[in-house]
Amino acid sequence: MTSAILVSILMTLVAASTPILLAALGELVAEKAGVLNLGVEGMMLCGAVAGFAVAFSSGSTTLGLFAALLAGVATAMVFAVLALSLNANQVATGLALTIFGIGASSLIGAGFVGRTIPRLGPIFPAALSEHPWLRVVFGHDILVYLSLALVIGIGFFLRRTRPGLILRAVGENDASAHAIGYPVIAIRYAAVAFGGALAGLGGAYFSLALTPMWADRLTAGRGWIALALVVFSAWRPGRLLVGAYLFGAVATLELQAKAAGVSFLAPEVLAMAPYLATIAVLTMMSLGRRTGRLDAPACLGKPFSAV
Amino acid sequence: MTSIITRRRLTFGAAAASTLPLVGRGAQAQAPLGVGFVYVGPIGDHGYTWTHDQGRLAAEKHHGAKIKTSFLENVAEGPDAARAIRQLAQAGNQLIFTTSFGFMNPTIQVAKQFPKIKFEHATGYMRAENVATYNARFYEGRAVIGTIAGHMSKAGQAGYVASFPIPEVVMGINAFHLAARKVNPNFKTKVVWASTWYDPAKEADAAKALIDQGADIITQHTDSAAPLQAAEQRGIFAFGQASDMRAFAPKAHLTAIVDDWSGYYIRRIQEVMDGTWKSTDTWGGIKDGFVRLAPFNEAMTPAARAAAEEVQKGIVAGTLHPFTGELKDQKGEVRVKAGETASNEILSKMDWFVDGVQA
Amino acid sequence: MLEWRRRREPSLPMLALSPLIAIALTMALGMIVFTAMGYDGFHAVGSIFLTPFLEPQRWADIGVKAAPLVMIALGLAIGFRANVWNIGAEGQYVMGAIAGTGVALLTYQMTGWWILPAMVLAGILGGMAWAAIPAFLRVRLQVSEILTSLMLTYVAVQFLYFLVRGPWKDPDGFNFPQTRMFTADQTLPTVLEGTLVHLGIPAALLLALVAWLLMEKTTAGYAVKVVGLAPAAARHGGFSAERTTWATMLLSGGLAGLAGLFEAAGPFGQLTPQFPIGYGFTAIIVAFLGRLHPLGIVFGGIVLAATYVGGEIAQSTVRLPQAATGMFQALLLFMLLATDVLVRWRISWKRRAA
Repeated sequence: MTSAILVSILMTLVAASTPILLAALGELVAEKAGVLNLGVEGMMLCGAVAGFAVAFSSGSTTLGLFAALLAGVATAMVFAVLALSLNANQVATGLALTIFGIGASSLIGAGFVGRTIPRLGPIFPAALSEHPWLRVVFGHDILVYLSLALVIGIGFFLRRTRPGLILRAVGENDASAHAIGYPVIAIRYAAVAFGGALAGLGGAYFSLALTPMWADRLTAGRGWIALALVVFSAWRPGRLLVGAYLFGAVATLELQAKAAGVSFLAPEVLAMAPYLATIAVLTMMSLGRRTGRLDAPACLGKPFSAV
Repeated sequence: MTSIITRRRLTFGAAAASTLPLVGRGAQAQAPLGVGFVYVGPIGDHGYTWTHDQGRLAAEKHHGAKIKTSFLENVAEGPDAARAIRQLAQAGNQLIFTTSFGFMNPTIQVAKQFPKIKFEHATGYMRAENVATYNARFYEGRAVIGTIAGHMSKAGQAGYVASFPIPEVVMGINAFHLAARKVNPNFKTKVVWASTWYDPAKEADAAKALIDQGADIITQHTDSAAPLQAAEQRGIFAFGQASDMRAFAPKAHLTAIVDDWSGYYIRRIQEVMDGTWKSTDTWGGIKDGFVRLAPFNEAMTPAARAAAEEVQKGIVAGTLHPFTGELKDQKGEVRVKAGETASNEILSKMDWFVDGVQA
Repeated sequence: MLEWRRRREPSLPMLALSPLIAIALTMALGMIVFTAMGYDGFHAVGSIFLTPFLEPQRWADIGVKAAPLVMIALGLAIGFRANVWNIGAEGQYVMGAIAGTGVALLTYQMTGWWILPAMVLAGILGGMAWAAIPAFLRVRLQVSEILTSLMLTYVAVQFLYFLVRGPWKDPDGFNFPQTRMFTADQTLPTVLEGTLVHLGIPAALLLALVAWLLMEKTTAGYAVKVVGLAPAAARHGGFSAERTTWATMLLSGGLAGLAGLFEAAGPFGQLTPQFPIGYGFTAIIVAFLGRLHPLGIVFGGIVLAATYVGGEIAQSTVRLPQAATGMFQALLLFMLLATDVLVRWRISWKRRAA
């Protein structure tokens, strides 16, 4: 295998992993605060269509990214009002949010089908990535570096900072956090909004970077994989990075192997792999601990009200 | 009260379905002919469903106030399809087009309940007194782009992003490869099964993998424009699918196989209006206007252009059949004898690949 | 200012009224949104919500669509009452259909009255087996059943794809990814001659009645409620949370499997890759629509089924895009979830104290 092919595979792998990593990082923060938002796919689609619509109309991909971020937050707020303020069941609200996102994005996007825009390009000057191996380091777009920075940033935030500690406390024991005087609902709002913002960006990665266009259900179910990866990672950003890149690697290598004429596992087996792996990780974590407690935030998915 | 009872009988009893034309005839005298369409995807897919909807719009334009069309999009194959078809039948449509293979059983099933309504099912093989079938010989288009690929590929290797190995897709791959091989006897066609009709990101990655493995021209039998965009990004050539996709990849897009259903829809609607409609099996190609080639890219070499036009002319004139023997499958078994051409029967059941295809 | 006060007991009038309020709000909002989008909002909403009920020929369609939703939701709701969150009913539904189809493929050359019952049994067991995995993991290893049951859904769907594209592909089917059609002995009979009303529809109604009796009139139903509301008290009362988890998971899995088998042996008549269309997820919504009450679920299933049927009417009459129907359904769910607050809270206007 020549180095050119290897570089190309690595570039494809990074691109395939990034949107899932972004969306999953956002969901991780929301879940750490005790909120299970199953509407990731819906938020991604809203981000994808808003990003494309604005980028196409304004001619600016940067504006598109901001629009995607805002669209993600706006969609997440629908969830937050229902699930946090009105104490609606989070599972049902999240599923409804996905249905909403699929419908809304299709309606908004109807006028943009068949259009295309310039692809979101690398941020570093082309001169830096002339050498193939330097391309692997400097040849990516801004969201790739952002997602990697967020892995470190979120890890640091959750472990080492006071607000991060408070956020985790809210997810672990909302009643105590409230008793100490922390605004549980406000913190959860912030966490859900952050999750929406990253899901929106993750969705926009499809419509702006991977396949610069809009078509219905563009993300094709990646939101569910992001959800699985959060669990797979045991709610740790570092492991999330590994999980997302592992997923990207398997997906990319499958296609490379097929193109090379090498028989690979059945596509269905590969498609179920992330979910089976997640169940296996959950089981192993539990077996390893024997304490009966996982890293899962204790209040995950449970409603909280101060009154 | 009476009307409610009649309507209930009308739909709840299969026997009573014969009373339906009473409603239909009254409406038929002056009112426009109702024509319904059932689509498997959204009309905004800019692919397969979009082309059928373009056909519907063309028919509307042609027949004007004489017809009234309606459609149901995103209809899941299965019981939902039966319900959708029945709904269009009950709404007074006299001719209903069901445009996906998976609508076959539901179409036949509903057609039994509405013997006076005409049904047209695309790409299937089950017919009835009031159910016709129609399909396009897309493989003729594949033969043209295969010829172009043979001329334009320097590496002599094409990458083919495909969905599932159903006969429709398999015959497309074979037609493409046989045509390319006529130009370049060492031509190779590498297929990646994406195992999906629609997943833009995956389709793009499949195209990239094929390019990495040496293909310098990309063609596809999946729905999105993503493989074309991947080719544009890598600076190589590719072909559009189902519609003219030049906008997505102005440099890479050499031409596209364009599905054009408008002629057929216009004609069949006219036949219903004239009372001459019959249950037929129509399989139209380039000659009948079912399949067209999008305008050729400037970048195409004169030789490629000439050869492509030559093939197109030959197909229209009937002097050239993309599947002319002797054709052997990869085990060496003769599937089409020397001098013969593949029958519709052989084509519609094709599950073998010709030599040189890596699938 | 508005004053919120938590009710000591859920308000019974609101329990019944809130879904109706939600529907009214959705209709109003839908009219505004659709009109703003440039469609005939009044007729669009009318087509979606009223026409399906006013036209008797749509009733069978609603029944066919509602039956699997109701059947699955019944089982889920009992689990939800016990705080057992099986959200993987879609996977159990698929596994039920797969198990039943397995029997059908083994017996396709045979005839006999026993074939369909054998398929039904296999369907129930298939769903139960798939639900037993998250039940085991939760009871033995304290792994959240929310996550495992969701993950297993995708595994089941991929397994279905594998079967219909590979070993179970109809040998006479031109390589199309689907199984053989079921024979007459393998197909669910219709209840009313010449209609679509298959056995699954009365079965769903009957099961709702049974579920209601189970929850309201038996010790087991009482145990489920106690375990859900007050786990500590349940322990003191001798009700085992573990046993309840097992029982409710297997029950909901079995019902989902049964629904899957009915759908495969009824309206589908075979297995295809299009078989999983999200009934298991939609049923979660139906369960909440029905406020987790068996009879409410029948109502919820019918309302949701009607919006599918009505969405198609709106498409062909006022040309409302299918996506708009999807958004409308989501709006309905949002409103239902939002108005649930009225059941649990008393909201009154109070002048601000000086």
